Amino acid sequence: MRGNRFTYYIREGINSIFSHGFMSFASICIIVACLIIMGSFTLLALNVDKVIDTMESQNEIMAFVNETFTDEEARAIGPRISALPNVEKAVFVSREDAWDDFVSTYENPGFFEGLDSSVARDRYVVYLQDISLMAQTQQALRDVPGIAAVNAHLKISEGFVRIRNVVTLVSLLLVAVLFVISLFIMSNTIKLTTFERRDEIAIMKMVGATSTFIRWPFVVQGLILGLIGSLVSFTLEWGIYKLLTEKLIAQSGISFLTVIPFSAVSVPLLVAFAVVGLGVGVIGSLLAIRNYLKV
Amino acid sequence: MVQFTDVFKSYENGTKALRGVSFTIKDGEFAFLVGPSGSGKTTIIKLLTGEIAPTDGRVLVNDYDLGSIRFSRMPYMRRTLGVVFQDYRLIEDKTVYENVAFAMRVIGASNKEIRRRVPYVLELVGLDKRTKRRPQELSGGEQQRVAIARALVNNPRLIIADEPTGNLDPARSLEIMMLLQKINELGTTVLVVTHEKELVESFSKRVIAIDGGKIISDGMGGYYNYER
Repeated sequence: MRGNRFTYYIREGINSIFSHGFMSFASICIIVACLIIMGSFTLLALNVDKVIDTMESQNEIMAFVNETFTDEEARAIGPRISALPNVEKAVFVSREDAWDDFVSTYENPGFFEGLDSSVARDRYVVYLQDISLMAQTQQALRDVPGIAAVNAHLKISEGFVRIRNVVTLVSLLLVAVLFVISLFIMSNTIKLTTFERRDEIAIMKMVGATSTFIRWPFVVQGLILGLIGSLVSFTLEWGIYKLLTEKLIAQSGISFLTVIPFSAVSVPLLVAFAVVGLGVGVIGSLLAIRNYLKV
Repeated sequence: MVQFTDVFKSYENGTKALRGVSFTIKDGEFAFLVGPSGSGKTTIIKLLTGEIAPTDGRVLVNDYDLGSIRFSRMPYMRRTLGVVFQDYRLIEDKTVYENVAFAMRVIGASNKEIRRRVPYVLELVGLDKRTKRRPQELSGGEQQRVAIARALVNNPRLIIADEPTGNLDPARSLEIMMLLQKINELGTTVLVVTHEKELVESFSKRVIAIDGGKIISDGMGGYYNYER
């Protein structure tokens, strides 16, 4: 009997899709459009995140050691700095190395004749785990005995954090808005089907069909529409992403951008598309049918 | 069995449709429910089918108390009923056979049960030669027979026929009433809601007359009791 019912649900669900072909096509198109916009913004957010991660790893704080400290005393501070919260690593640079680095950045070292490394300070190059906490880490470094000055690019770090927050917020908002739009369209498509079949539904109720039995064919209809929509959008998203990343960026020579390869995100993206597509299908159909099941 | 005990029904707009209605229809009985428009007949049918709940009093249908029944149990109560409407309410794009089989399929009957039961019921209503026709290819009387077959196919304890002859000529009306009588003789309780005087008078059956939401007569007296 269960197999009989299952076949009935599937057959009725598929029949409804074909008997309302245009609306079914419209719902799939809307799901595809919404999923592609959602997916594109999610991929953009992921890529922005990656770029910021890369930049974060290169963003450093310079902690200068008190110039009265000997080389040995200066090196002894290292473990205290490394133990501070949010410090990824602290690399000691002696005043001699710092001076050599500085001089080497100029084409004519003759400018610095008569000067030696004593004008420079021993220092630590401190790499952070999270640049949004740069101000706090900067203060903590200042409090380390032996640290005379701390040089941090707070504005740059704040800029990175702001960009990431904006992109994440916009993406989340878009995903939420588009989900609601998809839900509305799907629900209305299935509502049209239920409206055309209202007499049939009334007969089903009259002869004693359970609400679950009445509901399932519509849920199957929503599931199939959602699934088709998510598979089509995944394929299109794949093509669009490949086109943009491989051709557009390569041709325009924006070489400093490291783009996440599609293969790295394809499985989670497919799962997310399937979940959203199926979710929209199922929730949309449940919303559409609920009024008919109240009697 | 149907048992109304001091039933009141008021709608949200303030209309008092039933004012203390009490009657009992025993298993195997055949009864007419008669009354003018707005008398409360439709409200009684809606109460019997569980579409609405009584405001006060007790409605008992085939051992289900419809005042306190859980929503999830309502389909199982409805499986003990067969309802026939004046406008037949058939599904236009299904054949005669499919319309009847549909009523079995939606309560989860197996294909084997459907193949066994549907031809039997269609033969009972005299439509065994018209199984592949669609409703629009049938006469009004034939469509009503399909509706009766659909009401009968799940072997209900009670058949409620709401103006079943309202759209039919006198000869077809009589045929339908004879068919309902035959079904009753096979053991099913039948309640026919109508306002057709001649039809009621041509059968010597119990007549429950209602007016203004109250039972005004109940007995084997025929239609004149209702006419006052």
